[in-house]
Amino acid sequence: MKKTSQVILTEILLLLCVVACHNSSTTGNTLRPAPDFSLTDLSGHPLHLSDYRGKVVILDFWATWCEPCKEEIPHLIDLRNRYSAQGVEVLGISMDDDDKPVRAFQQKYQMNYPVAVGTSSLADQYGGVLGLPITFVIDRQGRIAAKHIGATKAEVFETEVKKLL
Amino acid sequence: MTVMKICGRRSSYLTRLAAIVCTAGAFVVPLAQSADSTNMKTLTPEELVGVLKSKDTKPLVLQVGSHIFFVQAHIPASEYVGYGSTPEGIERLRLRVAKLPKNTSIVLYCGCCPWSRCPNVNPAYKELQKLGFTNVKVLYIANNFGADWVDKGHPVAKGE
Repeated sequence: MKKTSQVILTEILLLLCVVACHNSSTTGNTLRPAPDFSLTDLSGHPLHLSDYRGKVVILDFWATWCEPCKEEIPHLIDLRNRYSAQGVEVLGISMDDDDKPVRAFQQKYQMNYPVAVGTSSLADQYGGVLGLPITFVIDRQGRIAAKHIGATKAEVFETEVKKLL
Repeated sequence: MTVMKICGRRSSYLTRLAAIVCTAGAFVVPLAQSADSTNMKTLTPEELVGVLKSKDTKPLVLQVGSHIFFVQAHIPASEYVGYGSTPEGIERLRLRVAKLPKNTSIVLYCGCCPWSRCPNVNPAYKELQKLGFTNVKVLYIANNFGADWVDKGHPVAKGE
């Protein structure tokens, strides 16, 4: 009986340790930095993520052939329109094979934010982009605050962005 | 007795309501499942892994989606053909299979987007059917290649 209660007590203590360790790993500042990159946008300007430090950035990996992306992009345009004055920027990284369809798309949809064609190495830096869209919300300190795989509702982005402003 | 009558009427009403809901559900669920009504022969990632590991003759595995995706990660020994949704991709597919026997085992895959939104696999599959190929399947990727193949720990190759 004594042995049984000792075993139970040990198990409880172990459980408490596990919970404590888990909690300590989720509290505090554990957001990882968003990898910096250097591309050239469709206007021919350099595009470095680090240039947007101090702003909340929505980094959107997309492609012209991706139907869910086409549904999401108008929301990103709207979000940028409404919050750019408060320090929000959207960066579109196209995973198309070349820039020709991207330019046509940018014009057609009147994308009001920098767009560049990405590379496989950039995708690797962000953990692999093997499905679209994949969108990262980056805080003013350049850290990844959220990652979304698949089309995401506008309200979700708006809520996250507002929290970071 | 009155209470029993009321309960009886209510249970009769609820029974009818339940029957209506079930009947409606029987129609709704198949409709939702038939959102992808392409009638393509498919196999799951697990099934393909099994085939690739076996000693049987391996199918020709062709990726009919994004090149950047292919370079990041692809099924070992698979070949890049290009977007099944473009004339260029279809032409490359035609060239690749031009000299193959019509009973060649071929597996097509993409994984760019959720299954029902993929613009590439269906046109590629139809093209092979039109060309007379009789042993074609499509790899069923529910969400995307990352989630349904790479993250599941299935074999991966990188590069061209």
